[in-house]
Amino acid sequence: MKLITAIVKPYRLDAVKTALQELGVHGLTVTEASGYGRQHGHTEVYRGAEYRVDLVPKARIEVVVEDADTEPVIEAIVKAAQTGKIGDGKVWAVPVETVVRVRTGERGPDAL
Amino acid sequence: MFLSAAHADTGDTAWLLAATALVLLMTPGLALFYGGMVRTKSVLNMLMMSFVSIALVTVVWLAGGYTLAFGDDVGAGLLGDLAHAGMAGLGPASVQGTVPTLLFATFQLTFAIITAALISGAIADRAKFGAWLVFVPVWALLVYVPVAHWVWGPGGWIAHRLGALDFAGGLPVEITSGASGLALCLVLGPRLGFKKDAMRPHNLPMVIMGAGLLWFGWFGFNAGSAMGANGLAAAVFLNTLAAGCTGLLGWLFVEQKRDGHPTTLGAASGSVAGLVAITPSCGSVSLLGALVVGLAAGVLCSYAVSWKFKLNYDDSLDVVGVHLVGGIVGTLLIGLFAEKAMTHGAEGLFYGGGLAQLGRQAVAVAAVAAYAFAVTYGIGRLLDKAMGFRAAEDQEHTGLDLTVHAETAYDHGVLGHGAPVAHSVLPTAQKVKSQP
Repeated sequence: MKLITAIVKPYRLDAVKTALQELGVHGLTVTEASGYGRQHGHTEVYRGAEYRVDLVPKARIEVVVEDADTEPVIEAIVKAAQTGKIGDGKVWAVPVETVVRVRTGERGPDAL
Repeated sequence: MFLSAAHADTGDTAWLLAATALVLLMTPGLALFYGGMVRTKSVLNMLMMSFVSIALVTVVWLAGGYTLAFGDDVGAGLLGDLAHAGMAGLGPASVQGTVPTLLFATFQLTFAIITAALISGAIADRAKFGAWLVFVPVWALLVYVPVAHWVWGPGGWIAHRLGALDFAGGLPVEITSGASGLALCLVLGPRLGFKKDAMRPHNLPMVIMGAGLLWFGWFGFNAGSAMGANGLAAAVFLNTLAAGCTGLLGWLFVEQKRDGHPTTLGAASGSVAGLVAITPSCGSVSLLGALVVGLAAGVLCSYAVSWKFKLNYDDSLDVVGVHLVGGIVGTLLIGLFAEKAMTHGAEGLFYGGGLAQLGRQAVAVAAVAAYAFAVTYGIGRLLDKAMGFRAAEDQEHTGLDLTVHAETAYDHGVLGHGAPVAHSVLPTAQKVKSQP
């Protein structure tokens, strides 16, 4: 199994969710995140005083999938989140040792 | 004069009752205007500094402030007497002009309240709340009350000896609060991280809501100062609307040219700057004059708010940049735009009156600004020595809401809920304890 983590522009979240649902992904976790990469923040002006805002708001999507589904899921996320502009985000995958469904105690791929 | 046999006019009284309530609403409005501009960690403290001023100033005003400001002059136009301390000798039958004296006193009280509250913007996020509770009544008695007497009291020297004009409070309210704010932010020193950390306003919709309430209340402030339901009140009402509008547009114009964006905070600030400037002048200029006064204040104040970064004083929410500068602009422009049709006497430079009125206005501005700055600086230093005026460093880092008031303004997210630890009223626990 793999844990796929995607950091995307918040307004692309709905598109990513829809794409994953179409692919049959049953569940995911979304958190509000902030950070910066090459986009490196923006400036705001209050009463003439400029403020540099380094951390840009992002959506962090986490989904655990079976090994065979890793590539299609990553592709679907990238396709849905891409705008071609700086700040589109990152997607990565790491191996997962165990997954347990809390309600039933099922383990492994059955718990997904 | 206070106990004349005259009857109050019902129309005038009705309008002043409404105007008084309007002006009182300005202080909670100011609390929102200021509260939105600070960071989330100290917003409740900011709201409290304004809100608590209502209670503090009311008590000292009724005890002695009113009589010292509006009692008969004790000499040289400097202060009123103590004949009405504790509102002694005043009842439902007392009449001042065409309105009940008790109503006149309450109307004037609401001015004293908001003037004290205005100062809090200069010392946002870092003042010891206990020191503020002492400062406000002392300041109201030593600074606001004398200046109010000079400008509006019987025989006050600015109105009656100097002959300077101030219809609704450019001197006692705007210049006094601005100069006092400057003095107090120098006493307390800058916020931790001033000029280094981003101190963005945390809630601009709240600022706009506050500016709207201020504007709404300002009609009572200015048109109520006509002391009657009449044509002058109507002219003043329209001048107030006009100057707020040109102030707003002037500030936005500068922002668009200078920063490339017209901002919400700029619109709120510009309208307030225009309203500040029309406060002294609303009863002496024509509609054209009001449009110019508002525009001048909007443009000038939008530059004045950045002085603090160059000169290194942390007037956090720009009491100096908006109220001192706007108040000076409005008070001085009377010297240029005063019209006989409004003043029934004095005329400004542009209406054939020469430079005399401008000179009188300038003397009044200098005297009031210097007096308010010096006395406030003295009060601030004394309080700082006696009890400390500045909150502890860790309180300022954590935020005054949690450390002083044991509250937080916003419950962010779903994980922050704790369990009740203790209630102030715990009957069962007390019962258990008292059982043998």
